[in-house]
Amino acid sequence: MFVGRAMTLFVIMTVLLLLLVVRFVQLQIWEFETYQTRSDQNRIQVQPLAPPRGLIFDRQGELLADNRDSSSLALVTERIDTIGSTIEQLSQLVSITPADISEFEKRLAEKRRPFEPVTLRSSLTEEEIALLAVNRHKFAGVEVVNELVRNYPYGSLFAHAVGSVRRINEDDLRSLDSVTYSATRFVGKRGVERYYERSLHGEVGYQQVETDAHGRIRQVLDIKPPIAGQNISLYLDGRLQIAATAALGERRGAIVALDPRSGGVLALVSNPGYDPNLFITGMSSAQFGELSHSIYKPLFNRAINGQYAPGSTFKPVVGLAGLVNDVMSWDETIEDIGYFQLPGQERIYRDWAWTRNNAGGQGTVDLRRAIYRSSNVFFYDLATRMPVESLVGFAAQFGFGSELGVDIAGASAGLLPDPIWKQGYKGEIWYPGDSVNMGIGQGDLLVTPMQMAVVAATLANRGEVVRPRMLLSSDAPLPEVDPPQPLAAVAGPTPEDWENMVDAMEDVVHRGNQGFRQNGTAWAYIGRDIPYRMAGKSGTAQVVEIRQGEEYNEEELEEFNRKHAWFIAFAPADEPVIALSVLVENGGGGSSVAAPIARQVTDAYLLPQLASRN
Amino acid sequence: MARDFIRSLPEHERDRGSWLQSVHIDPLMLALILLVLLYGLGVLYSAVDGSETLFRAQLLRLGLAFVALVVAAQLPPHFYARWAPIVYVAGVVLLILVLLFGVKVKGSQRWLDIPGIIRFQPSELMKIAVPMAVAWYFHDRPLPPSFKDVCVALAIVAIPAGCIIAQPDLGTGILVAGAGLAVVLLAGLPWRWVAYASVAAAAAAPGLWYTLQEYQRQRILTLFDPESDPLGAGWNIIQSTTAIGSGGVWGKGLLQGTQSHLDFLPEARTDFIIAVVGEELGLLGFLVLVILYLLLILRGLILAASSESSFGRLLSGALILTFFVYVFVNIAMVSGLLPVVGVPLPLVSYGGTSAITLMAGFGIVMAIRTHKAW
Repeated sequence: MFVGRAMTLFVIMTVLLLLLVVRFVQLQIWEFETYQTRSDQNRIQVQPLAPPRGLIFDRQGELLADNRDSSSLALVTERIDTIGSTIEQLSQLVSITPADISEFEKRLAEKRRPFEPVTLRSSLTEEEIALLAVNRHKFAGVEVVNELVRNYPYGSLFAHAVGSVRRINEDDLRSLDSVTYSATRFVGKRGVERYYERSLHGEVGYQQVETDAHGRIRQVLDIKPPIAGQNISLYLDGRLQIAATAALGERRGAIVALDPRSGGVLALVSNPGYDPNLFITGMSSAQFGELSHSIYKPLFNRAINGQYAPGSTFKPVVGLAGLVNDVMSWDETIEDIGYFQLPGQERIYRDWAWTRNNAGGQGTVDLRRAIYRSSNVFFYDLATRMPVESLVGFAAQFGFGSELGVDIAGASAGLLPDPIWKQGYKGEIWYPGDSVNMGIGQGDLLVTPMQMAVVAATLANRGEVVRPRMLLSSDAPLPEVDPPQPLAAVAGPTPEDWENMVDAMEDVVHRGNQGFRQNGTAWAYIGRDIPYRMAGKSGTAQVVEIRQGEEYNEEELEEFNRKHAWFIAFAPADEPVIALSVLVENGGGGSSVAAPIARQVTDAYLLPQLASRN
Repeated sequence: MARDFIRSLPEHERDRGSWLQSVHIDPLMLALILLVLLYGLGVLYSAVDGSETLFRAQLLRLGLAFVALVVAAQLPPHFYARWAPIVYVAGVVLLILVLLFGVKVKGSQRWLDIPGIIRFQPSELMKIAVPMAVAWYFHDRPLPPSFKDVCVALAIVAIPAGCIIAQPDLGTGILVAGAGLAVVLLAGLPWRWVAYASVAAAAAAPGLWYTLQEYQRQRILTLFDPESDPLGAGWNIIQSTTAIGSGGVWGKGLLQGTQSHLDFLPEARTDFIIAVVGEELGLLGFLVLVILYLLLILRGLILAASSESSFGRLLSGALILTFFVYVFVNIAMVSGLLPVVGVPLPLVSYGGTSAITLMAGFGIVMAIRTHKAW
């Protein structure tokens, strides 16, 4: 009985074991290739390697943007069961603030590549890295990610000049090439960093690695190293940038200084600024909110995107337009009685020097005096003498209304209004009053500080228009640099016209001790002790229109309703090496506020050169 | 009938006058056990990544298990028969205590903890105590058993098995029940009853589904579609079948398995060690192990059949059948044929408890064969 049973059961057991053998045959012979592939896919991974970003230098070889090592704590959430408890355990090793956690959760909600580590804490200290390394076995899916991140050694100093990179976000992923950027975590978002992104970025590399189930690399099987981005040098002069930043001080505004011979941007300041490093190491929502919502707009690049009425800095252009259109000569004079009226109209257009008690105006004014005294009445009159199309056509040659092709991403074009624009945009015809306003750089005319720097350079060059350039040189030719088309010179004015205009602008600065209403507008502020010849033009641009007949007190105007102060200048007048524009938002008088800043900047650039020459 | 079978065996099988015989050790079975252990240690050395500490720990445990075998072999069968009901009752009491006061580890209550003194799993004891109790119940009753006796025997099996499954520990519960039912089967349960029971079980299966724990249901669902949850419940099965399949006929070589050494294979040194065999030693290595197991089972059954008492035959046979259930359930589970239950691969998996129980079982089988006077 028992033996029979035992034998039957033995047969059954043998059959069952054979079933297992068949199963193994199925897995190991019939489906071998499937599982072999699956096993290789498990262990072998191709990882992209991020190229080091190209360095950015100023003209003296000073580093404006480099890369530094940064270790951050990141979680591969796919490999973690309960993220909450993992974070809690980690917080016993390294400091993790509630802000870190809320930022992490925000990143977690964003779209990303599968198995891509999500940063929890950046900028780990050496000590924290060591602690994490010791405890690494306790944490699957927790990684210390080492990467090269952008570093701006000067903090906010070059923020608007060089721009900055930002962490790649969901929107960027849609537009960036997924292969090139497969390992890259930052992309140039502003300024030069954005404009030269393609060259600065470099070429992605690859490594074939064997990883374990926790995603840790056991060995590198094959590698194709990344190619570093191009290093580039800019025209920027670090010392001049520092001087310009100091000159502007706490005031809101912008300074753009060019080398008029090359168009190279020597300094570009927009204040208030921001520390671009904050966008790399991360900042709290509160910090970001402060940056992005401040009424003073620190992220806004006033130098290339701030658009303002040029005010009286536009007058040299109007004067030259009058000469070219033969409606004015250097000898012709008009009587400035303090205000201007169009024939048959009630409306009064005031001179800046007009007051109710002293309605006498500036008296007899020729073009030269109209420049150094900045007579409004003269230019009101001059602008009405020629068709607006002639004025606009002439002014366009200076770059008004065009973005000039400056190699900073996203420069604004300003606005050079004409009858067609007005009809299309406002649905109104061009009134003679519009020409009157345009004569003194008001009305709908808008310019950026960058454009006014180009105007200063064009005047310095006696008509040669240069394209503003940030890029001085690079290791190899950059794809972004199509040989820039040289801009056409301003046609029309004779060499004498240019020289006379420069003389008049020199008078703005240097003509002094001549008595009441005889001195250059800026002389009292900057001209008394200036050791070189500077040509300049002040501007005080109205922000709001003052209603007819209304008295106003500058003190009573809200901060943002105060006039913008402008000054454009170049020096030395005969052989200019620097041309610049200064804008102080709501700063008040151009001569009193903006001119001293311009003087400080030119001093910083020229005085060392003059001293070394002597 | 049994005597006829023994007479049919070759002379040296019946009476071997070696010194091993005098200490109640069957040399052939011992040799097979040692071969499996040796094979297992080789695989384990790879599975623990050559860690000397772990390897030594396992050697020590196997040493203990070997002592258990020798000791168990010295005890005469009537000793087991006398103690069987007592150990069984004590075991059931302990199991009830576990359910009432046990320590929870990973969500199931399996351990009895007398603080500072001992901490153990009474269910492990029942793997031997249950078949022993059933054999004891049958030993002085007419065989094949009557319907009443079968019902009593089933009750003897059901009470502890139910307690263990309630812990919940389905794997051990199945092994304990399997060991008890093996005795009933060996005692001569009519095959048609087995057939009826199978039909009844199949009919009851949908109802049983609702008595399962959520994680147990998940394991069963995972079996049919591991890809449905590749990083969760399906992970183990996907990785173990990948390990086995990628081994091919010849294997990747000892210590060369990427699935196990790069941590893709979970529990590589314990329950899933057969996947290491499949990956590193291939189909050939697997066949060697299966043949060793089969020979060991055959030898065990021969020893059981040559036993002189009905208690001895039933107990020995049941212990060997339990051993087979271990092997089958473990390999079927790892290769994706059965749901994942916590059953180690006998004599190969890392760990001491099951090795000690199994070796003690072989010791009992040897004792029954070599102590003739009963």
